[in-house]
Amino acid sequence: MRSLFRFLLRNHFLMLFLALEAISLALMVSFNDYQRVTFFNSSNNIAGSVYQRFSTMDDYFSLGRTNARLAAENASLRKQLQMRIMNQEKYPVNRPDTVDAPAYIFTSAKVISNSINKQFNYITLNKGSRHGIKPDMGIICSDGVVGVITNVSANYSTGLSLLNRRLSIPAKITKNNYFGALVWDTEHYNTADLKEIPFHIIVNVGDTVVTSGYSNIFPEGIMIGTIKNFDVESGTNFYNIKVELSTNFKILKYVEVVHNTKRAELIKLESNNIKE
Amino acid sequence: MIKDFGKYLIMFVVLVLVQVLILNNIQVSGLINPYVYILFILLLPFTIPGYFLLGISFLLGLSIDIFSNTPGIHAGASVLLGFLRPGIAQLISSREIIEKGNMPNMTLLGFASFLKYIVISVLVHHLFLFFAETFSFGDILETLLRWILSSVFSIVIILASQFIIFKK
Repeated sequence: MRSLFRFLLRNHFLMLFLALEAISLALMVSFNDYQRVTFFNSSNNIAGSVYQRFSTMDDYFSLGRTNARLAAENASLRKQLQMRIMNQEKYPVNRPDTVDAPAYIFTSAKVISNSINKQFNYITLNKGSRHGIKPDMGIICSDGVVGVITNVSANYSTGLSLLNRRLSIPAKITKNNYFGALVWDTEHYNTADLKEIPFHIIVNVGDTVVTSGYSNIFPEGIMIGTIKNFDVESGTNFYNIKVELSTNFKILKYVEVVHNTKRAELIKLESNNIKE
Repeated sequence: MIKDFGKYLIMFVVLVLVQVLILNNIQVSGLINPYVYILFILLLPFTIPGYFLLGISFLLGLSIDIFSNTPGIHAGASVLLGFLRPGIAQLISSREIIEKGNMPNMTLLGFASFLKYIVISVLVHHLFLFFAETFSFGDILETLLRWILSSVFSIVIILASQFIIFKK
C-alpha cells in the first residue's frame, strides 16, 4: 500500500494529467442532447448574463436592419389580417369553432448567443422557465425555422440550432406534399440536406420546403427554404436534395418560441400505438 | 507574488471573454476558428508546480467549454497542452532561462524561441481540439485543413498581441 502511495506521489504529474483527461473524456462522451448537466452549457446564469450584456451592446449596431425586418413583417401580417376580415364579410356564417382553440402559442425572445462555424451549433435565448419556456419547444423567426429548445434555466434557455447534425426536422415539399427529414450538411450556414424523398416524384430547383408538422414541435407550413439542387445517388431510391435555408443564421436577432399546447396529449395518444 | 496573482487573474478573465465574445464569432467558410485563450497557459511562469499548471489548464478549458457548449473538448485540449508544456519549454529554451521563473514572453525568450514555443503549443492544442470536436476520423482531410488554417490564424493573433503589449 505504501509503495503504491509512493508511486502515485512520484508520478503525480502524470497521474493528475490522466485523471483530468479522463474527466474531459467523460464529459465529451456523456454529452447527450437531452440529458446534459445544465451547469455545463451556456443556459447557466453566469454565461447567460455575460452573453446578455454583450448582446445589448451589440444591438445598437443592427438597429436599422432589425427595424426594417419588423416593418416588413408587420406589413405582411396586416395584409393577412385584411384578407381574413374580407373573408369574414363575404361569408359571415363561417365563424371559428371554439373547439378548435389554437394549439400553438408563440413567445418572442432575443438571441443572446449563436454560432454558425462549429460542427454542432447552439443558440442561447434570453427567456427561460420563468417565461414558460420548456425543453422540446420549437424556435422560429420571421424568415423560417431556427431550432429546438433543449435546456432551460430560470432566465435563459439554450437549444440546438438547425445548423446542428443532431437535429432532424420533418419537412415536406409544398408542391406535392412528399415528406422527408431535413438535416444540416455541416458545409455552409445556409444549406441543408433533405433526405428520404423517393426519386420517382418530380422535383424542381426552387421548390419550397416547409415543416410537415409531424414532429408536434413546429406547426405545419413554417418556411424552411427552397431547393437549391438535387441528384440521385446511384444504388439508392432517394434523391440527394440540397435546400437553401430561408433563415439567415448569421444575422439572427429576434425569434419566437413555439409552444404546442396539445403536444402532451398527442404524445400520449401516439405512445398507445407503440404499445399495441 | 500577490501582484502577479492579480495580473494573471485579470488575464484569465480577459482572455476567456475575448475568446467567447469575439473570436468564437470569427469564421471564414467554417474553416478558421482561432483559439487564442491558450496564451494564458503559455504565459504562466516556467517554475510553476505541475499540479497547479494542470489544474489551471483544466479550469481554463472548462470555462471556454461552458460558454461554447462543448463539454470536455477545450478542457481536454488545454490539459494536454499543460502536460506537454514543461517538455516544450525544455525543447526551446535553456535551463538558466527556465529557472528564472519570469513570465515567458518575447523579451525573456527572444523572438525565435518564442515563435517556436507558440507554434508547437498551438499546433498540439488545436490538433487535439479539432479531432475531439469531429469525434471521428471520417472527414480527415477537412479536419486537417481546419487544423492548419486555424492554427496559422491563432499564431498570428497571439504574436500580434505580444507585439502590441510588450514592445512599447
